[in-house]
Amino acid sequence: MGKKQDISAYRKRLDTALDNQFLRQAMDKFAVAYRTSRENAFAQIDVDSLVKQVADVKAAAVENMTALLEQFTHKASACGIHVHLADSAEDANRIIGEIAQKTGSKRIVKSKSMTAEEIHLNRWLENLGLEVTETDLGEWIVQLRKEGPSHMVMPAIHLSRFQVADLFSDVTGTDQDAEIDRLVKVARKELREKFVQADMGITGANYALADTGTIGIATNEGNARLVTTLPKVHVALVGIDKLLPTIADALTVNRILPKNATGQAITSYVTWITGPSECTTAPSGKREMHIVFLDNGRKKIAADPVFSQVLQCVRCGACANVCPVYRMVGGHQMGHIYIGAIGLITTYFFHGMENAKNLVQNCTNCGACKAVCAGGIDLPHLIKEIHARIQDEAGHPLQSLLLGKVLKSRKLFHSLLRTAHLAQKPLLDKKEKPYLRHLPMIFSSDHNFRRLPAIADVPFRDRFEKLHQPVKNPRFTIALFSGCVQDFVYPEHLEAAMRGFVQHNIDVTFPMGQSCCGLPAVSMGEKSAARDVALQNLDAVDLDGVDYIVTLCASCASHLTHGVPKLLKHYAPEKAAAFADKVVPYSVFMNDIVGIASADSAGANAGRKTAFHSPCHLCRGLGIHHAPHALIEKSGNQYVPTDEEETCCGFGGSFSTTFPAVSNEILTRKLDDVTGSGADLLVTECPGCVLQLRGGAAKQGRKFTVCHLSELLYP
Amino acid sequence: MVNTTTGSTKDLAATFTQKASLVSAFVHGVQDLTEAMDKTLELLAQKPPLDPQMASGKKRNPSERILAAPNLNHDTFLQLSDRCGAFPHIHLIRDRLRDFPGGIDMGVTTADFGIADTGTLVINSNDEQTRLATMLCEIHVAFLTTSAIRETAFAMTDELTALVTGCGSYTAFVTGASRTADIERVLAIGVHGPLALHIMLMEKD
Repeated sequence: MGKKQDISAYRKRLDTALDNQFLRQAMDKFAVAYRTSRENAFAQIDVDSLVKQVADVKAAAVENMTALLEQFTHKASACGIHVHLADSAEDANRIIGEIAQKTGSKRIVKSKSMTAEEIHLNRWLENLGLEVTETDLGEWIVQLRKEGPSHMVMPAIHLSRFQVADLFSDVTGTDQDAEIDRLVKVARKELREKFVQADMGITGANYALADTGTIGIATNEGNARLVTTLPKVHVALVGIDKLLPTIADALTVNRILPKNATGQAITSYVTWITGPSECTTAPSGKREMHIVFLDNGRKKIAADPVFSQVLQCVRCGACANVCPVYRMVGGHQMGHIYIGAIGLITTYFFHGMENAKNLVQNCTNCGACKAVCAGGIDLPHLIKEIHARIQDEAGHPLQSLLLGKVLKSRKLFHSLLRTAHLAQKPLLDKKEKPYLRHLPMIFSSDHNFRRLPAIADVPFRDRFEKLHQPVKNPRFTIALFSGCVQDFVYPEHLEAAMRGFVQHNIDVTFPMGQSCCGLPAVSMGEKSAARDVALQNLDAVDLDGVDYIVTLCASCASHLTHGVPKLLKHYAPEKAAAFADKVVPYSVFMNDIVGIASADSAGANAGRKTAFHSPCHLCRGLGIHHAPHALIEKSGNQYVPTDEEETCCGFGGSFSTTFPAVSNEILTRKLDDVTGSGADLLVTECPGCVLQLRGGAAKQGRKFTVCHLSELLYP
Repeated sequence: MVNTTTGSTKDLAATFTQKASLVSAFVHGVQDLTEAMDKTLELLAQKPPLDPQMASGKKRNPSERILAAPNLNHDTFLQLSDRCGAFPHIHLIRDRLRDFPGGIDMGVTTADFGIADTGTLVINSNDEQTRLATMLCEIHVAFLTTSAIRETAFAMTDELTALVTGCGSYTAFVTGASRTADIERVLAIGVHGPLALHIMLMEKD
């Protein structure tokens, strides 16, 4: 942490984390258990409307931040609380250091505060010769280990009881058993004296209520209560994003925060302090209380139309809990100070581009974070925005620049793909045609964790005319949007779909001017190229002539539906919206719109146990869960649910080539889950996922086969 | 007494009891203050000796049990004091709790409100002794009348605003005993606060 690194050094750190078996187990157990505890915590609660409420409360507060800060300061000052505003991390550190010096404080106890981590407060205070003790159990553990927290609410989640027992044995000079209850009691005992001897207590705050000048702190261990009661001085370090108008607003946020963080209905303690409170050892009978509000870039974020929603974060840490990358590598690699998806974004603002540039690429863009976010933040979108912003500031890497340039010209892009088809010929596996035997050119052996498919002899666009049968009185007329992977790598997915369209009297057009959907450009931070191809695609499709734009690629479907209107907001908003309105993914079209009753696969191909891998862009991107299951059943096969059905496969477009080792581990976890279900067949609805899953299953010799939904229905 | 918007007191008490039990609080239904006190002293009499968290200045008699009851009103405190007479080893205090940094056996406080949907106690803790009693004790006993239970925190926004308004106020929401899951996400009860929470839920004041 803290050291400037190039991406290969970052990859090495990731490899080390991937090799840490305990970390891997702890993270995996956590990911699985969190899912259930969150589900239980929200049982019988309309989560979406609660999230909306919280997002609205926070968004309004962010908008009124300056007025709320003024109101709070007025109220608190009238009570004799010292309110400070720190523009930067250094200002905040200096202010707190000076308070310690002025009050003659030598020993400081702290309750957990991510904001204090953000500004590296402990380091600053220790450099002044002060003794600082973290009193939250997890935070104390990582402090003793000289680490940072690996999670926003569970700082020591990366450690085992055995590691903690060893640590506590060192600290106490007595052998400690690795029994968790007893380890907790060691902390109770060791820290009591620190509380009692402390001159000053430092806390963060979850809420700052402007109308009463109150801070609210949510904790479980009871340490924050001692920190704010025993010492004569209390300093609360509070980000200005924590300001809210009233306690009613705080209670709204507090309904979701503990549930989303740890699956608790409420934390053991919520402490509301409108200081300065009684302190029998202080000469005045009142504790000296300081509130240090921290800006450190927050006002700038609040004023940014794209990024202001970042401040809707309530710091629950749920975006890490569900992140497939976090699950593999843990928080020390999946954040700088702030962990998880929100950390990928805030690192850029709070800790600078150097610390953010590698991190921000470590995202499969699976959208699990967005689906779980308590503040309703569009995290995956903002991660890509940061990526693009960093590339605009620091320069675009050659690979990404080339991709952008190539994509901007469809003809160049397609002729390159055709050339690549010829170039790969000597490398093809003679026995098993569809796979590349050796990886060409730019790919190193690192990427060889799955077998890569070959580029097709004849792309779908050149096959279409032969396959196309004119239909009299068609039920629907559709434009088929192929996306580049199916057009050039898996034309057979589209061919299978064509057999179904013919059967159901559907007139298919294939707009030849269509290009890549543009998502790969977005994911590599090439926004302007993404915009160019979006415009090309709009021009390619005759919107009035078709009922629907059907695509067999969930990523294309999601990007055309949500991404394109965002990209073209200032260019062609109406046309983009009309275009997006007509886009439907294949499963929805066949099941809900055409309403097929059965499919061709009955007979020899029926009766297989069939698991479904739901592409991220289908289940979370488009909110579709049911149609593919129904189609599997209609195909005469038996749909088998799997625990990780909606977990990312690790492809994530360029992610799998930027971080192949992490991608491979995510993939393996997925394949293990399918193997465990006893499925004969794994079906999905995205060529990218097919590429990852089929290649991985082949490489690892898995017993099940992988195919696209269209191949299942019309083999 | 039925409140039409929030369901009956009885329903609220039932929900409160269920939710508090989910977070390992012990809820004892009692008639009135007298029964609450009896039950409290019974718990204290059965309690194992204190596990001191710090060496204390004075040597203590191992059979002694320290009971702090700082926020009971004058009459109630006298009543409790009377009852303690029957237990010679109980040492009842109401202030100077800082003299017991290593811990006290039991802290008794009245609770201002209960919140049914989370099983939460709301305790006005402006007074330092009240705070210390609920933090330094091994067992926290809270006296709560059923009529003071509200359906949700949200439903009592005005009452809460009144509590937190005013310089020097310190209001505590207490839900179960202190806890952590910081090691391997395994729940452990009793970290820096009480090891157990007992709630005497009184039908009458």
